[in-house]
Amino acid sequence: MAATPTAGSALGRYILVRFLLIIPTVFILVTTVFVLMRATGDPITASQGGRLSADELQRRITEAGYDRPVLVQYWEYLTGIVRGDFGTTISDNQPVIEVLGLYGGATLELTAYAVAIAVVLGLPLGMLAAYFRDRWPDAGLRVLAILAYATPVFFAGLLLKLIFAVGLGWFPVAGRASTAAQIEMRFAGESSGFYLVDAIRTGQWWVVQDVLSHAVLPSVALGLLTAGVFLRLVRTNMIATLGTDYVDAARSRGVRERRLVTAHATRPALIPVITVAGMQVAMLLVGAVLTETTFEWRGLGFQLAQYLTVRDFVAVQGIVVLMAVIVAVTNFLVDVIAALIDPRVRY
Amino acid sequence: MSVPISSVGTAGAAPEHLGGRWAWLRRAPVVRQVRQSVGLQRGMLLAGIGLTTAFVLLAALAPLLAPYGPSQRSDAAGSFGTQQPPSAEHWFGTTVGGYDVLSRVIWGAQTAVLVVVVAVAASLVIGVLLGLVSGYFGGWLDRVLVLVADAIYAFPSLLLAILLAIVISGGQSSMWGGILAAALSITVVFIPQYFRVVRSEVVRVKSEAFVDAARVLGTPHRRIMTRHVLRNSVRTLPLIVTLNASEAILTLAGLGFLGFGIEPTAAAEWGYDLQRAVADVTSGIWWTAMFPGLAIVIAAMGMTLMGESLNDLADPRLRSRTASAEVAGDVAETSVQADTTKEDER
Repeated sequence: MAATPTAGSALGRYILVRFLLIIPTVFILVTTVFVLMRATGDPITASQGGRLSADELQRRITEAGYDRPVLVQYWEYLTGIVRGDFGTTISDNQPVIEVLGLYGGATLELTAYAVAIAVVLGLPLGMLAAYFRDRWPDAGLRVLAILAYATPVFFAGLLLKLIFAVGLGWFPVAGRASTAAQIEMRFAGESSGFYLVDAIRTGQWWVVQDVLSHAVLPSVALGLLTAGVFLRLVRTNMIATLGTDYVDAARSRGVRERRLVTAHATRPALIPVITVAGMQVAMLLVGAVLTETTFEWRGLGFQLAQYLTVRDFVAVQGIVVLMAVIVAVTNFLVDVIAALIDPRVRY
Repeated sequence: MSVPISSVGTAGAAPEHLGGRWAWLRRAPVVRQVRQSVGLQRGMLLAGIGLTTAFVLLAALAPLLAPYGPSQRSDAAGSFGTQQPPSAEHWFGTTVGGYDVLSRVIWGAQTAVLVVVVAVAASLVIGVLLGLVSGYFGGWLDRVLVLVADAIYAFPSLLLAILLAIVISGGQSSMWGGILAAALSITVVFIPQYFRVVRSEVVRVKSEAFVDAARVLGTPHRRIMTRHVLRNSVRTLPLIVTLNASEAILTLAGLGFLGFGIEPTAAAEWGYDLQRAVADVTSGIWWTAMFPGLAIVIAAMGMTLMGESLNDLADPRLRSRTASAEVAGDVAETSVQADTTKEDER
């Protein structure tokens, strides 16, 4: 890259270039999805075929414009997305963007809890594993991390359900809140999508408790999976950082090993973790889809699974594209954060 | 980044060059890593190899081991009954559909192995080929392919697999149809990983002096690509293959769990069985979820242990320190991790 006068403009330039890179990425994703979905034929036949008469089916196809040239449809689809129009679901005739508004909050709430659990568990345990490298605590933690990775999130969810909901009865089996709590929250005003916020707004402790107890099992299931990934990342990067010259220098000055891990090596070791953690957004979303299905947590993923079972491929296409855009934008934000923390990233 | 070191002349490196009948075996991918590993890493690697072998054997011997067929609901003594708890006749109980859980778990291993083998083999061939051509010739095709690969790489993998499953099979199908549909859906997800790694290696290797030498001698492109470049660009592939194999099992299970599995009458698939078990769990029936779930965990765990250990052994920073003297000749190996970060900084 050409030399730039000041650090500030280098950063701005980096952010701009990185931002512009989103466009081809999203374009490719959107096109891929379009080509794939159109390769199966038109979505009306897919969802209604066999249920409607041939004439009726043809009428609906013409009405929706699926008999026009593919390029025209493609252009319409692209311009629609630019305007924020991701199509209208066939099964319940809802704009996909509204599905996002209705259920996006639930997914965000679940992933936020899961990430919190993952950070609280994964960071310190990863440091611990690096500190005890190649000794038994490290061995145990690594096997746990691999176990967390190898366990499908829905199986973890089912196990948690069996033990803590059905067996011990500590937590509810499924859902986001009991009916009574939902009615109470409805009275408190328009939903923000985040049940915890809604519950606090009612000002009643039992509602908050109800919402939280519903969130525990799904969050732990998704959080444990993510914690395993974090643990691995932190351990690997911490070990690499502990081997660098400046840490050796500190070590030779008599700084304790424990302090090296908690103070000296922390920041440099965590920067790559942030970058790679950003790449886990896709994994987290997939995990959320499966967790929501397991716990009937009515978020985007649960909706997606519902639309899949009724073969409403317009809705599926819309939600998938939306999730892909979310992933692309999140990756961008993570890169910007990494650039803010680490000057080397800015070239 | 890494400089190929032929030999450092340490005690451990020397025997590698000596002949002998079994020399090739000692240099074979996994075998060599077992030899250079020590202590904990060796334990993890061997545990992984053991679990994976058991899983493959289970799949291969399914017809002999399984007491009943995957879609069998009754025998000479009559119908199995639905949701029966584990008993002498049905060690793992029966499902809501009246199938024998033990048999479905064993037959499920066969389905999983078939899908993993087809998916990994197909993505390996296509990904390596694309990476080789793209990295070797460069130009606009290379740039487009890199962009597409990066975009697909960032795509949530299971969602992409779902879309492909819809396209390929319309969601439902017979045994071979379902296995191929699932395998191909997973293939497309994996191609970018091989593409990226091979391409970046090819770009590095093609600027080496020996490639220039071959070119000056008038060697045709195809021969340079296969003989000189490809052979020096595939060192990290065994790691990705093992890690992908476990990911393939999990993706297959995820597909099945979301209802894109293989019809229960056609073949047994663990993810599908788990989906059917969700309702059972609520009423306290544990055996229909527990056994297929554990099967997924054990299969995925075996391959992850193997892949992780191979990855660590290939990365000099992560290799157990006591092993360093013994294998100094292999320092040139880089890990998957290092390659992906390099790619991202581009």
